[in-house]
Amino acid sequence: MNYRNGPWGLIFHTLFIAFILAPIVMVCAVAFTSQGFISLPSGGLSLRWFRAILDNPRFIDAFWFSLGLGLLSASLAILFSVPSAMALARHRFPGREALVAFFLSPLMIPHVVLGLAFLRFFSGIGLAGTYFGLVVAHVIIVMPYALRLVLTSATGIDPTLGRAALSLGASNWAVFRRIVLPLMLPGVVSGWVIAFITSFDELTMSIFIASPSTTTLPVRIFLQIADTIDPLVTAVSAVLIYAAIIVIFILDRTVGLETLFVGKEVNDQKDG
Amino acid sequence: MIVDPRARPWLLSAPALVLYATFLIVPLFMVFLISFFDFQFYGGIQRVFTLKNYVEILTDGYYYEIYARTFGVAAAVTLICLVLGSTEAYVLSRMSNPWKGLFLMVVLGPLLISVVVRTLGWALLFGSTGLISQALMALGLVSGPVNLMYSNLGVTIALTHVLVPFMVIAVWASLQRINPSSEAAALSLGASQFTVVRRVIVPQIMPGIASGSIIVFALAASAFATPEIIGGRRLKTVATAAYDEFLNTLNWPLGAALAVLLLVATMIVLLAANRLIERRYSAVYN
Repeated sequence: MNYRNGPWGLIFHTLFIAFILAPIVMVCAVAFTSQGFISLPSGGLSLRWFRAILDNPRFIDAFWFSLGLGLLSASLAILFSVPSAMALARHRFPGREALVAFFLSPLMIPHVVLGLAFLRFFSGIGLAGTYFGLVVAHVIIVMPYALRLVLTSATGIDPTLGRAALSLGASNWAVFRRIVLPLMLPGVVSGWVIAFITSFDELTMSIFIASPSTTTLPVRIFLQIADTIDPLVTAVSAVLIYAAIIVIFILDRTVGLETLFVGKEVNDQKDG
Repeated sequence: MIVDPRARPWLLSAPALVLYATFLIVPLFMVFLISFFDFQFYGGIQRVFTLKNYVEILTDGYYYEIYARTFGVAAAVTLICLVLGSTEAYVLSRMSNPWKGLFLMVVLGPLLISVVVRTLGWALLFGSTGLISQALMALGLVSGPVNLMYSNLGVTIALTHVLVPFMVIAVWASLQRINPSSEAAALSLGASQFTVVRRVIVPQIMPGIASGSIIVFALAASAFATPEIIGGRRLKTVATAAYDEFLNTLNWPLGAALAVLLLVATMIVLLAANRLIERRYSAVYN
């Protein structure tokens, strides 16, 4: 059942992978330069610019800020997603399709449009530049990602399990906590993960509503690059790449990248 | 407490519905509204109804150029992603397992790295002293240094890199649903590999190619970070122009009108593409 790729397929594949890796490898290489300007490291690697990050609290602060923002907005998005997913998965009612489309609609709206909409709205009600505003905006943006995966796993639950428990005298709450939630857990976890990643990496919308006291890491890096590209910002980016590589390996072993991005049936066991 | 079973799904969805109504519908409506307001250089935003912003965008050659660049680049990126992404998804699907998993990880992994970081990589490669320029000179393909920064080609290459994983994902998903014996059947009946791809594989993955193209086009047309960093001040797209109006010129009504037109134009292109694909389909299958 397995076909082999011909030589042309493999040549194409090699070039494609080189294309995918080129800019990422480039950032990692330049970060090791010993020069004071952008250049490939010649005559030995230097950790000078990685050490320089430690002297720049702007990047460190922005990192912790983004981490907290991602944790909070992903968790809130899950809290809003779980009841909605239960409604959409376990009930058939008029307007159901429209409701699903509505909950997924932020995916369709360009982040630039969302950014200026939030800026306009928040400055009208005195929330411009506040942490609360940024969190709400991030919840809206990551909600479709979380809901989609929670919904997939909620849809896969056999409704007779809940009915059996109810007939044996369990309360609604007990059914939810002891049966439905554990069965939904894979979807909840992968939904949370993709929501966190989306929030942590978001730039376009955040740049409109971030104030100097609410600057996320992508916004901080973007503003730095727009000003000047120096080895320092390259080193910060390289650290982010290394962190991402670790996360990719962990996710591949646990949740599965295919589940996260292709939306494969979450309750399936990983093949291989 | 007894709850009417018909009300239950709505009660469960109520928190999310309230959140969306307050923080999505109202802000979007307000943007639509201010796009009809006037802006005075000294008086700021004037709350009067006017079509001035739309007339200015639709009649000024400056904005025409911005929209043409935005959609031109988006179309080119979509086409390149379509060819590269579907081919790679097909090649990946024919690999066997340690390699298949590994390379799928390499292709999807960049989605976990911020767009700013990936674009920075291209900015490092593109400069006139960058590796691409040096490689082209070493190969004798060009006589002097090449600078891909601040060029449409540079923006197209970098955006293709950022968006091609979405195309691979979409085509990969529909390749998984193909019955592998249909390919074997065609081969055993004497079809060449090329014929199999053209007549058996491509028609079956068309839905994946179509949905991938739609995602890539929508994201390319509204991309911000990559055009802003690679394109710079000179090569504005609609997204970067709207950003400038909002945060530099502070002409919010004009920025809002730019964004509304971007949204409308993107929707029209996507709906037209959808219609076209559906018609092609019914022609093939009926």
